[in-house]
Amino acid sequence: MELLLVMLIGVLYAAGVYFILRRSMVRLLLGIMLLGNGTNILIFLLGNITKGKPPIIDADLKVFADIYADPIPQALILTAIVISFGLTSFAIVLLKRVYALIGSDDLDDLNTPEEEDI
Amino acid sequence: MRSPILQTAAKYLLPILLLFSAFLLLRGHYHPGGGFVGGLVASIAFVLHSFAYGTDNTMKLLWYKPLTLIPIGLMIASAAMFAPVLFGLPVMTGLWFDQPIPVIGMIGSALFFDLGVYLVVIGVVLTILFTISLYTH
Amino acid sequence: MLLIVLSGLITSCLLIPFGKFFRSKWSLSLAVLPLALFMYFAGHIPFISQGNTIVESHRWVPSLSVNFDFSLNGLSLLFSLLITGIGSIIFIYASSYLKGHVYQDRFLGYLCLFMSAMLGVVLSDNILLLFVFWELTSISSFFLIGFNNDNSESRKSAITALSITGLGGFFLLAGLILMSQVAGTYSIGKLVESAQVITDHQYYPIIIALVFVGAFTKSAQFPFHFWLPGAMKAPTPVSAYLHSATMVKAGIFLLARFTPVLGGTDAWSWTLMAVGGFTMIYAAFHSLFRIDLKGVLAYSTISALGILTFLIGMGSEEALIAACTFIVVHALYKATLFLVTGIIDHETGTRDLTKLSGLRAVLVPVFIAGLLAALSSAGLPLSVGFIGKDLIYEATLHADATVSMYLTAAAILTNICLVAAGFMAGIRPFTGKLNPAFEKVHLPHATMWIPPLVLGILGFILGFFPGILGKYVVTAVLNGMTGMPAAVELKIWHGFNLVLLLSIGTLVVGAVLYLLNKPRAGSLQLLERFNRLSPQAVFGDISHFFVSFSERYTNLFHNGFLRSYLLKIIVFAEILLLYELLIGGPIFIDYSQLSPITFYEAANVFILIGAVIMTVTTSSRLTAVVGTSVIGYAICLMFVFYSAPDLAITQFTIDTLTVVLFVFVLFNLPSFLNFSTNNKATVVRDAFVAISFGVILSIIAIKVLQQPTSIDISNYYGKYAYELAKGKNVVNVILVDFRGFDTMFEIVVLSIAALGVYSLLKLRLKSSEKE
Repeated sequence: MELLLVMLIGVLYAAGVYFILRRSMVRLLLGIMLLGNGTNILIFLLGNITKGKPPIIDADLKVFADIYADPIPQALILTAIVISFGLTSFAIVLLKRVYALIGSDDLDDLNTPEEEDI
Repeated sequence: MRSPILQTAAKYLLPILLLFSAFLLLRGHYHPGGGFVGGLVASIAFVLHSFAYGTDNTMKLLWYKPLTLIPIGLMIASAAMFAPVLFGLPVMTGLWFDQPIPVIGMIGSALFFDLGVYLVVIGVVLTILFTISLYTH
Repeated sequence: MLLIVLSGLITSCLLIPFGKFFRSKWSLSLAVLPLALFMYFAGHIPFISQGNTIVESHRWVPSLSVNFDFSLNGLSLLFSLLITGIGSIIFIYASSYLKGHVYQDRFLGYLCLFMSAMLGVVLSDNILLLFVFWELTSISSFFLIGFNNDNSESRKSAITALSITGLGGFFLLAGLILMSQVAGTYSIGKLVESAQVITDHQYYPIIIALVFVGAFTKSAQFPFHFWLPGAMKAPTPVSAYLHSATMVKAGIFLLARFTPVLGGTDAWSWTLMAVGGFTMIYAAFHSLFRIDLKGVLAYSTISALGILTFLIGMGSEEALIAACTFIVVHALYKATLFLVTGIIDHETGTRDLTKLSGLRAVLVPVFIAGLLAALSSAGLPLSVGFIGKDLIYEATLHADATVSMYLTAAAILTNICLVAAGFMAGIRPFTGKLNPAFEKVHLPHATMWIPPLVLGILGFILGFFPGILGKYVVTAVLNGMTGMPAAVELKIWHGFNLVLLLSIGTLVVGAVLYLLNKPRAGSLQLLERFNRLSPQAVFGDISHFFVSFSERYTNLFHNGFLRSYLLKIIVFAEILLLYELLIGGPIFIDYSQLSPITFYEAANVFILIGAVIMTVTTSSRLTAVVGTSVIGYAICLMFVFYSAPDLAITQFTIDTLTVVLFVFVLFNLPSFLNFSTNNKATVVRDAFVAISFGVILSIIAIKVLQQPTSIDISNYYGKYAYELAKGKNVVNVILVDFRGFDTMFEIVVLSIAALGVYSLLKLRLKSSEKE
């Protein structure tokens, strides 16, 4: 199963890299999201995947009696997911404003005003 | 897209989802849940309401701008963070009441910290979405 | 002493807020500062001249051995007196010279800064401190040369001067550090004690070569001399102060200061004599062909600096006496000539020798000052210049018998040219018929013509009573340099001897040369033909090469296209990772460690991969967004499979909200544009880069799987989650308790993002209202 996940990470990274090399701003944004997802799974994989054993101590126990899923990658990923929402929303609004200003989501159009200054 | 079905559903779903989010928040220390998840579920409840009734009506329902929730949440979280200093303990030391309270369980500074996170998440998500929605329409 | 050194710096800082106050009326009052400092140093003359040294130390960065260690000995005293004395004159002069200039306060601030830096150079006992002040003089000089910053020539000269002196500064720093490593101390005073160790060390040639580069660049010795004529673009008071009397002598000071440490060897003497000798003849010869008054002065200054280098290289006691007398002599007459030139420029608007004539009729006191200075420069008996010249000849005549004739000949040749150059600058503009264009020229404010007059007269007072100079100043300097008590007596009259004969001869031949050499533009052009071979042209070519190289380099990498930057970064990262993988050893997969593949997990992964492919290949934005959200929900399912309920709920809600966000925003944007430039080759290239990146990451992930995971921290959290934090959901306990600080900052970041979104949209509304 791990090998499938490894493959999945590769696919997500490849798609993300391909997207951020495009000219469209929307694709750039989606690419960043894909890279984020790939990274999350990579971190998740670091903690040895475990099935059906969430890192929650039984109600009548004080410590784990059995093996359990590694909680650290989970805490990291949870933080990453929420932060990435903040990033995405800010980027989307930025994109919207740029679109309202120059009427295109072509990254190359952002360069022209600068060059005219020179 | 004012559909009567959605409106009726939203009317009942809002309190249920809010209750669920409060449940997630309070039980987060023992079961899946916590401030982030609870806050996100609560925001989804409001977003659903705004889909059904329009953002303006949801804003009326909230009384205050969601932006005000952010400083309140940050204040609660930092108060929970610095409260142990008053007792001469290092910052972020967990403080707990001795006896558990029914339903909720143990009450301590961590719960207030989680409450702060909960409020900030609601404030952030709703501010972003409502600002965009009001701007777009 | 710290306060004394830093007073200029403090004043210049105060000028930033209160500068307006000093811009016009009160600018003269700033001259009080150098004047007071001059009095302070003058008060130390009796004590120091007995061979004493005042040492003072303040801690600064003890761990790096950088401390405010100051020592005031004879040599420092001489330079301090020059800096503050000439400084006072210049401050007075500049108050009228730049009257009403918009940036007069700025100018005075730079001058204060420079004075501070220069005092620091001559008083520092710590060589790192010396270097700091040394660089500070270069920097303040840069600002002063480029003071007329609307003039491109001026800016260019300033940059040339800074790059030459700054480059020299680096060499100097290297030399100083090497020297202190050899001797094991950063104190100049202690370096003297270990002089023997340094001169015998195998690094000695490197050390003196580095120190020489530093000194030669600063003191404009050949082949680094060309920045000094360019520096004449600065306002005249600056040229008089920095580029003739003080800053350029910092290199001379450095050589003199390190003579007890590094001097006395053949390498030291012959290098200095060769470079100094060549510079003095070369520059003196050049000065004759200039038609710009300041050009004449610049080249004659370079020549004088050459003489000083030459004398220090000789190193005999007589040579050192001559050098230190000549420093005073030169400062007096050259500053006067510069100030006279400044007045001529200020009043007539030109410095062209072919146009200036007969000004004696309109500028009488200025003429007197110029005449006095020119005569002193020529070495007329009874002027202080005469004594200086005498001493130089005495030193060369008494040098080693085999070379003494050549040295004397070189000195005579230089002096003949300098006599003529001095006359050209000090007398030529005033003789002949008055140019009708200058009939309305009138005398400037008294604060402008009194300073040069005072300096000119001072040159003769010291000439009448050379004992003052000898007894107090020169003796003290010699004490400071050789460390041995000496009694120097300077006399006007040595009786009829060879030296007197040579002096008179030089004067006469120089005067004849002056009369024969009419300023002509033609001869200058003739000289300029050789410019292509000059060090300046070589330096220009080198700097031009660097400019064009960096321009090309920048254009190659900084082309303004985000994806091109990203491509370079990613390809570079791929190369690094591949290299690391190649040297990292073989990859093996331990199949026994892997968990079995179940149907629904595999189905989920394939849905995910399908969604990715759909997102990548679609040309519709909506489909792409839908694809991304499918990816999100599938990942959410994965979290459910692998025991991460918190993550599953979070991923689910966030994904929902993201879709809502996209719907709100992207609803009214057009579909993906199909860019014509996105041709097939680009797509294939990007796909190749992307796929190889994915493959590399997969290999890394496999390697990670090989490594046994360290679970100490996880076990700690698992063990103490309930005991310490009274929680049973370990993920949540980590978030709100164990790693609470991180969460705190995370919600702060989220708040900032929300505020960003809020203000970005509100801002937009307002600016569109304006439109």
